[in-house]
Amino acid sequence: MFFELFPASVVEQAPVLVVAIPLLSALVISIVGVVNQKYVLPLTILSMAGSLIASLITLQRVIEHGPISYHLGSWIPPIGIEYFVDHLNAPVLVLIAAVSFLTAIYSKDVIRSEVPDKIPSYYVIYTLLVTGLLGITITGDAFNLYVLLEVAALAAYGLIALRGGRAYMATFNYIIMGTIGAGFYLLGVGYLFIKTGSLNMLDIGQILPAIYSGNAVLVAFILVMLGMWIKMAFFPLHGWLPNAYTYAPTATSCLVAPLMTKVSVYVMIRIMFTIFSADFAFNVLKWHNIIVWWAVIAIVSGSLFALAQRNLKKMLSYIIVSEIGYMVGGIWLANRDGITGATYHIFSDAMMTLCLFMAVGCICYKAKDCSFENMRWVFRRMPVTMAAFIVGAFSMIGIPPTCGFFSKWFLLSGAIKADHWGFALALIFSSLINAVLFFRLFEIGYFGKLRESKEGQEPSHHHQPKISVKEAPLSMVVPLVVVAMSLIFLGLYTNEIVTNLIDFVIPKGLMDVGS
Amino acid sequence: MQSTVSVMPLIVVLISALAAIPISMSGRYPNLREFWTLLAASAKFLLVASMVPWILAGNTYELTLFQVLPGLAIAFKVDAFGILFALVASSLWIVTSAYSIGYMRGLKEHAQTRYFCFFALSLSATLGVAFASNLLTLYIFYEFLSLSTYPLVTHHQDEEARSGGRKYLTFLLGTSIGFVLPAMLITYAMTGTLSFSGEGIFADKAAGFPLWILLLMFLFGFAKAGIMPFHSWLPAAMVAPTPVSALLHAVAVVKVGVFCIVRIITGVFGLDLLAAQNLNSIIVYIAGFTVIVASLIALSQDNLKRRLAFSTIGQLSYIVMAVGLTSGKGVIGGMVHIAMHAFGKITLFFCAGAIFVATGKKYVSEMVGIGKRMPITMLAFFFGSLSVIGLPPGGGLISKWYMVLGALEADKIPILVFYLISSLLNAAYFLPIAYKAFFCTPEESMFENKIDEAPLWCLVPLAVTALCSIVLFFYPQPFFNLAKLAVGI
Repeated sequence: MFFELFPASVVEQAPVLVVAIPLLSALVISIVGVVNQKYVLPLTILSMAGSLIASLITLQRVIEHGPISYHLGSWIPPIGIEYFVDHLNAPVLVLIAAVSFLTAIYSKDVIRSEVPDKIPSYYVIYTLLVTGLLGITITGDAFNLYVLLEVAALAAYGLIALRGGRAYMATFNYIIMGTIGAGFYLLGVGYLFIKTGSLNMLDIGQILPAIYSGNAVLVAFILVMLGMWIKMAFFPLHGWLPNAYTYAPTATSCLVAPLMTKVSVYVMIRIMFTIFSADFAFNVLKWHNIIVWWAVIAIVSGSLFALAQRNLKKMLSYIIVSEIGYMVGGIWLANRDGITGATYHIFSDAMMTLCLFMAVGCICYKAKDCSFENMRWVFRRMPVTMAAFIVGAFSMIGIPPTCGFFSKWFLLSGAIKADHWGFALALIFSSLINAVLFFRLFEIGYFGKLRESKEGQEPSHHHQPKISVKEAPLSMVVPLVVVAMSLIFLGLYTNEIVTNLIDFVIPKGLMDVGS
Repeated sequence: MQSTVSVMPLIVVLISALAAIPISMSGRYPNLREFWTLLAASAKFLLVASMVPWILAGNTYELTLFQVLPGLAIAFKVDAFGILFALVASSLWIVTSAYSIGYMRGLKEHAQTRYFCFFALSLSATLGVAFASNLLTLYIFYEFLSLSTYPLVTHHQDEEARSGGRKYLTFLLGTSIGFVLPAMLITYAMTGTLSFSGEGIFADKAAGFPLWILLLMFLFGFAKAGIMPFHSWLPAAMVAPTPVSALLHAVAVVKVGVFCIVRIITGVFGLDLLAAQNLNSIIVYIAGFTVIVASLIALSQDNLKRRLAFSTIGQLSYIVMAVGLTSGKGVIGGMVHIAMHAFGKITLFFCAGAIFVATGKKYVSEMVGIGKRMPITMLAFFFGSLSVIGLPPGGGLISKWYMVLGALEADKIPILVFYLISSLLNAAYFLPIAYKAFFCTPEESMFENKIDEAPLWCLVPLAVTALCSIVLFFYPQPFFNLAKLAVGI
């Protein structure tokens, strides 16, 4: 029993501590940073660890006792803000806290080389970003979600732009698109507030069914969905993502790439099944078939764009665009396996994206830029990094027993049961493209030259260049290895995750919905 | 019929993967490194052999590792067919390890530590396939085998290796992700299980068109079996060092493909269902086409290893065809042929490698009169080819005999014709090599009349496997008993 180690008051207050710890430490870090830069990083790591522990306590309470409703400042909802934690967002909280904890450790050396003069402000914004993401996930209030969405977004703009150079332009695009997305969301929430007089998600969810046929509700749903689709970079609303993630500092990419889009997917699920309902989304609207086809386009085009890249980080960014299609499509398949797969994929995709970005970060750290050229002889130079990279790549391709295989398993099985062959084919197509993408890199790493380059003469296989091992610093390699191992563990414990958590997410009565 | 829960299958599977650790750490001391390989190989074989009596008594070993999905686990089950294949693979690993030492050192190859490491890993994957108790576990190890053999295939790290390796992975990964994975999911959706069972899991759950499609997806999906048109990775993979071609592309990898297809035929579809739905004709004719075409292509190959590769493609389809007949004798013949062909074909590959090490020759047309220089090697080559053709005293005769009986039992006379034609073709592309090696005029001979064999580490293994395939002609019982048990006769 994990939470029995802590006093009852801590356990009781755990949901708010998840958010409060990073929020308050952001303030502390900004003050400490002025005094002595040395303490900034340890404080950040400490606050992430605190948040992680609080979220683990919350998760365990949810598994044992069911959903928790926490009233901020003891104001009774729907007037006061409610933190609502159930089987869906409790694990997402753990995911966010864990990723930001590991990335904080990972950032130690790489940040010093990339933004040496702005370290204190970097970590202040970092903690605020994490606060925003955790807040979005935990809150049960639709307007509060908007506020935290902006907190997270503003922090992300800052974290990306700190790198300077091309990051400025990328951030500018991101700001424009991100603001439009948030604007759509706010507008939608406004409609809902006018119709129901409430901002509390559960409360709205109870009032809405009576007025499902109204046009205002329909418009509200469309606006909220559009807002989230922009935020999650659902094709063709993805334009801001690749450059923003590519030109960001390495540690920022590692934090933002796995989390931002996945949290938006979580919000989409929350809106669809808590504010609205499966009945509304799948039976009243009857759009799910079109949206799944849209997801098919997202998957295929994301994969093709990825194929055209010559920059490691950009290639990974386009893979994210394709993976978003997996999740949106999976949810809108409107059956048990599809939703299970999409929800599971939130976790598996976050971890494998993190793994790949961390590994690429290590490679770029040594080589100073991220072109494919730097993969030459990389197996000999960085064996540990590449071992982790291989695990991440296999997970993306969907090779068992990594977690990527199991999300694909559920998604494919959902597609087959929904008779949606287009989606099934798109999944297989993208797996194969992923195989091409990564084995192309492995070839460069293993054969020591790009296919295109004609320079130099072929090294005869008896006389290969002597290359010594030069790994990235331990602070980068250790978190990377932990993440890579977690991919396998996540895969092997799929059954536990599905039966203990995801089964509760599936809306009741789904079987007669949509079919 | 008893089944015990035992960690034996896990140990047997893992032992070579674990050996990869000391192997990779002792890269600086080649003798120590090779000691680990030989130790792991012997231990693996002895452990497999120690399981045989219990299996022969009609029992099984079982072990469930991880319950990964509801109703679906990563699990092992050792039965008669599994142990038959495990015996073949693990015994030949010992011989190949010895041979690898001679070959790799003889040619002063680079990155030998990596080579022995991945060799050990791929043996783990092979045995994992042999002991898999359900389709998911089988699929996991099947994929693992494709990936762990990639560094072996591309060992030379030159342009030829790159394109060969690319073809290798494209075919193997493409078909397994493109065909097997969806077929597996559809099977799971239709039946709710993926565990192999004697009667098959489709009985009364599906019929007609969906079954056709599924069967084709499985048949082509397991491209390691080299059924045309998904065969061309095999000749491409011949860029690998010869021991890799010998153990993996004549025995382990390709036989894993055949093994998977046999498992699908016997454990997923079930022989009765296939016969009742007349699905067996699809299998038989697709495989029969491959047998004939591959043999014809083999005739025209001058590169010895490529000739052997096409011969392998043909022989693999022999097995698929025999099992596809769904008659008791045919299935037994097919299963036993896995063993018989393995011993014969590995001998031939060892000989090709020995010739390359000793003389640097790769082409058949350059081997006239080589018997005078390498008599032992070429004698072994002769006996190996007898076994593969199916002439006495080669073990291949026995299994071929049963396959032909199977065709008669299933009342499929055209299949008989396939077997006969292809046997003639086999003889046509193998016997001239051995004949020309010994019988040629002094003017024709391309070699001096002085005995100069390959190093002992190469020579002994190939003599051993040649002897084995002769011994199997006289004592085929161990494999036959296992196959009979597997079929249930």
